[in-house]
Amino acid sequence: MASNPVTTSSAPAAPGIDDVRQEPGSGLWGWINARFPAAKMLKEHVTEYYAPKNFNNWYLFGSLALFVLVIQIVTGIFLTMSYKPSAAEAFGSVEYIMRDVEWGWLIRYLHSTGASAFFVVVYLHMFRALLYGSYRAPRELLWILGMLIYLVLMAEAFMGYLLPWGQMSYWGAQVIVSLFGTIPVIGADLQQWIKGDYYISDITLNRFFALHVIALPLVLVMLVAAHILALHEVGSNNPDGIEIKKKKDARGIPLDGIPFHPYYTVKDIYGLGIFLTIFCAIVFFAPTFGGLFLEAPNFDPANPMLTPAHIVPVWYFTPFYAMLRAVPSFAGTQVWGVIVMFAAIAVLFFLPWLDKSPVRSVRYRGPIYKGMLAMFVVSFVALGYLGLQPATPLFTLFSQLFTFLYFVFFLAMPWYSRIDKVKPVPERVTYHAH
Amino acid sequence: MRIDPVVRRVVYACTLLVAAALPGAALGAGGDVPLMRAGNDIHNLPSLQRGARNFMNYCAGCHTAQYMRYNRIAQDLDIPEGELKANLMLKGGSVHDTIRNAMKPEDGRKWFGNAPPDLSLIARSRGPDYLYTFLMSYYADPSRPHGVDNRVLPGTAMPHVLAHLQGVQNAVYRTESSPDGSAIKEFERFEAGVPGSLTPAQYEEFVRDTVNFLEYVGEPIQAKRQKLGIWVILFLLVFTTFAYFLKREYWRDVK
Repeated sequence: MASNPVTTSSAPAAPGIDDVRQEPGSGLWGWINARFPAAKMLKEHVTEYYAPKNFNNWYLFGSLALFVLVIQIVTGIFLTMSYKPSAAEAFGSVEYIMRDVEWGWLIRYLHSTGASAFFVVVYLHMFRALLYGSYRAPRELLWILGMLIYLVLMAEAFMGYLLPWGQMSYWGAQVIVSLFGTIPVIGADLQQWIKGDYYISDITLNRFFALHVIALPLVLVMLVAAHILALHEVGSNNPDGIEIKKKKDARGIPLDGIPFHPYYTVKDIYGLGIFLTIFCAIVFFAPTFGGLFLEAPNFDPANPMLTPAHIVPVWYFTPFYAMLRAVPSFAGTQVWGVIVMFAAIAVLFFLPWLDKSPVRSVRYRGPIYKGMLAMFVVSFVALGYLGLQPATPLFTLFSQLFTFLYFVFFLAMPWYSRIDKVKPVPERVTYHAH
Repeated sequence: MRIDPVVRRVVYACTLLVAAALPGAALGAGGDVPLMRAGNDIHNLPSLQRGARNFMNYCAGCHTAQYMRYNRIAQDLDIPEGELKANLMLKGGSVHDTIRNAMKPEDGRKWFGNAPPDLSLIARSRGPDYLYTFLMSYYADPSRPHGVDNRVLPGTAMPHVLAHLQGVQNAVYRTESSPDGSAIKEFERFEAGVPGSLTPAQYEEFVRDTVNFLEYVGEPIQAKRQKLGIWVILFLLVFTTFAYFLKREYWRDVK
């Protein structure tokens, strides 16, 4: 534990910016580096980015999210080559991709499964932050950038879901856009402005296409870059929730840090192998995932004259959809449910300031936090399930209970995180050599 | 690779709590007619070929399958082009066409009250079990325009096209009293009525083949997708194994 052969055997102290500029090396690589900080960036972000050596498997989901983003962009580019963003042709063009475009079915299933996979890894990535207090100072901005990514991702997924122009595409969009109609005074005009028409039409489809393939992905990629830059500025947290930068060797390298490359690149490749095995099992054997990833009613073309009996958003929105339905209308308006739903997302932004615990990681927290965290997870999963079910009186009651508990986790945090018993935090990270 | 014991406990606790919090929640839906199992197999080529024959003879007169090409069927189901043209393309046309030479939608509306829906994706939106149960559930009902109704889709505009194969069965009801004391008719079972040219077992097979073909039409790539998938998964397992040993080799240094 005391000595770290990895860091002691590495090269002498990293050269500063000026050293690199003055000695760019030879050949093409040198020519480039005299003009662009390629080598410097590679060092800072990959070969000499020191990450804590005690990452567990929860730390795989960040790089997996990045990988899924690449899948979505690449498959998305190929889909746009054959997709027709018009109400008359959209549904048919998706079937054209599924049947007549070479490997079109694979590209489409990678994209549709990728959308759900994105939310799976992002939810697990966010849960990891809850477990180990990764949002705590000095990582508040890192957390907020991540939350912005989540927000943009939801908008991106919502707009993308309209594009196949099936019944669920159409009526799901109808439900979500009508949420804006509940806002007092400006609601009706706002709703019409979003649709660009009096109903969800060809015009709406066209603008959602523009936002889905250009505007939002652009914002998403920039936010992801900012998220990674912020991470590398403050350094990674770890399962013990302690700062590795507090214990450095003579050359300023954290004693418990190991270079991201090769240690975490090889580990992430292994994690990627496991992820891809599960991902491809779904793509090749259950692309609709029992109607959760591709809903059965979406194989009927959009019909503005025929409302489906049971409109359900895709699974990753259902926790918030359950909250929306849980809140009854009051004073002649439905806006309260909409407010609660948006508040459920907004409250996440304030997490770094709600948590007053002296420790970060769940490992050293007391029974109250562990209980509250378990309650939060149960509430979120249960809301996700309830959002998929018809709103019977019993289910609505359950939704109200879990919505309440969801908010209790956050709003009571300043109180319970302070009074909870904590265990002593170690000086150095806990690590068992393999 | 150890799972953090704290995390493991949290995950177990959550699973238990979810299981306890929502007892019998799955019973929520209900109300619909219970579906029979189609029991079809898209890897069964002879069944698909018979299904194609059934479809072209009994369905394609009224229904289109506007996303399905004739020559794709021939290719996937191992049907020579000559046979395709002679026995499956009953209204002529080019082998590159999709199946869209059924009756005109406005005629459908005029004659039946409803345009027959396109069947390209019917198996994907409704599921093979639904289609199987639907085709098994016509029964005599003299009050309806065609003299039959359907248990799965009451008041359907579609006549019992397969009546001369299945015959026309009768619905048997039992009388039960509702809470307010009035008598209500509860469906109990079907019983044989006017016989058809097929035995019940033959008719089930006929419907199963037809539904099998419709599932194929819903996603022509399905069988190949699954065959290819096995190789993809095998490759990924080998890849992941190598990746694991590579990772272990590197991490030997980390003390």
